[in-house]
Amino acid sequence: MKRTIPLLISAITGFVLIGTAFIPLFVDWGNIAMSWFNLLAAFAFILGGGNLLKMQLQKISAQQPGWGYAAVTLIAFFITLFVGLAKVGVHPNVKFPEFAWSGDYLQEDGVFWWLFEYIFTPLSATMFALLAFYISSAAFRAFRAKNTEATILLIIAVIILLGRTYASVWLTGWFPDEFIIGESGIKYSDFNLQNLSEIIMEDFTTPGMRAIKIGIALGVASTSLKVLLGVDRSYLGSDQEA
Amino acid sequence: MLDFLQHLDRRWIFFLMFIAVAVPLIMGTTFPEVPSDQVMAVFDAVDNLPDGSNVVMALDYDPASQGELQPMASAFARHCAIKKHNIYFMTLWPQGISMIQNSIGILQDEYPETYKGKYGTKYVNLGFRAGNEGVIKLVVEDLKKSYSTDIHGTNLDNIPLTKNLKNIQQVDLLCNVSAGYPGSQEWVLYGSSPFDIPTVVGCTGVQAPIMLPYIPDQLTGMLAAIKGAAEYEQAIINAYPELENNPNAKEGLVRMGPQLVAHLLLISLIFLGNVIYFWERKQGLHQ
Repeated sequence: MKRTIPLLISAITGFVLIGTAFIPLFVDWGNIAMSWFNLLAAFAFILGGGNLLKMQLQKISAQQPGWGYAAVTLIAFFITLFVGLAKVGVHPNVKFPEFAWSGDYLQEDGVFWWLFEYIFTPLSATMFALLAFYISSAAFRAFRAKNTEATILLIIAVIILLGRTYASVWLTGWFPDEFIIGESGIKYSDFNLQNLSEIIMEDFTTPGMRAIKIGIALGVASTSLKVLLGVDRSYLGSDQEA
Repeated sequence: MLDFLQHLDRRWIFFLMFIAVAVPLIMGTTFPEVPSDQVMAVFDAVDNLPDGSNVVMALDYDPASQGELQPMASAFARHCAIKKHNIYFMTLWPQGISMIQNSIGILQDEYPETYKGKYGTKYVNLGFRAGNEGVIKLVVEDLKKSYSTDIHGTNLDNIPLTKNLKNIQQVDLLCNVSAGYPGSQEWVLYGSSPFDIPTVVGCTGVQAPIMLPYIPDQLTGMLAAIKGAAEYEQAIINAYPELENNPNAKEGLVRMGPQLVAHLLLISLIFLGNVIYFWERKQGLHQ
């Protein structure tokens, strides 16, 4: 029973959503199903919070290596949660000045806004910016022309790197706008780096990505059908758990 | 020399990258950009709409990607403001609410005559809803099933802009700026493509190859990474020269300086790395 009901819910919801694409009557049912889905997704945030607490508390109680970071995570989590829920530093809404908590929790100059603007934002940007340093180090140590494939990749990388900057104009912007052979339709300027990078993106990357996407779509369709028909039940957990 | 490079401490590379990014950024060096066809398709999609058209601006990114995506989000906001479009802001990312605030700041500070004090009549902030593509599926069919209120808790039936809006199939253009999932691809798959909603997107460089197959049928145009943002800014400045004196309208153009020097450094490092590799191979250090 524990497995049958979830299976039925998945199958009915899935087939209703497929039906919305073909049967107008199903559209309203599909919308109701999506409303439920969105509600569940909102509850997933609470589950996520609970899971975060559980994992970090386990690390701290077992004094695992790096448990101090777990403590910092929990302190930051609770401070942010409290500041957001209690609307610390938020002025009441001008329409309801008598209600102290009527202001918006994201109000400028509120403590939550301050935490987001001056702690979360710079920290997130810093973490992302670190990529540039690691990429440069990796490019120096690992990007080698070891074989034909690696050499082709390297040449294309250089064309794209240069083609996406003004260096392409400095280096190849002077290529004349004249036909190479008679009226062949191919000009010298077609080979400037910006054009070459666009040709690579449009004539090589795009068809490649289209092929990959069609493959993925077929895979998703077959996997979805297996789930809806109850052939694949792995998402429900193992038999022992049921 | 090759011995030194062979055992080069990576902190030197980090230092070089720091200089490569910091110096052009501090100097504010900009280079002329020529908008590509793809960028012009985005520009035309916004510009060819009659003044005061309805535009949904879905900003699905967070502070981590702000450096790459904020210039294009700002440029979208500025371009829509010049055209006096009515803007519906929304996000599928919880952190996206603050990104929306940045764009609203541009509307209010730079175009006060059109947008200051016009909340609900010229722009509305629907805020964040959980559910990823589930939210998209609902807003394209029945907006009020997903968003019964705006970000301030006001019922959408009491807001002039949303009062008669059944779903976003009724808007004239969908602009999405996205850093990943859920984002541009989901908007195309569940929103624009099934219902033929004209859509333009701005995305990170990593996402660009994923979005390319949708152009031009399902997607009108795309701004890819900071280069796309810089070209779009240039296209707007070319059409509206009064922006030439607004330094905020050149965020993307300014960031092309560090990109140029950083890319040149990367190519130099790859070249040096390969010189060392072939030298080592000659010495018999590699099989």
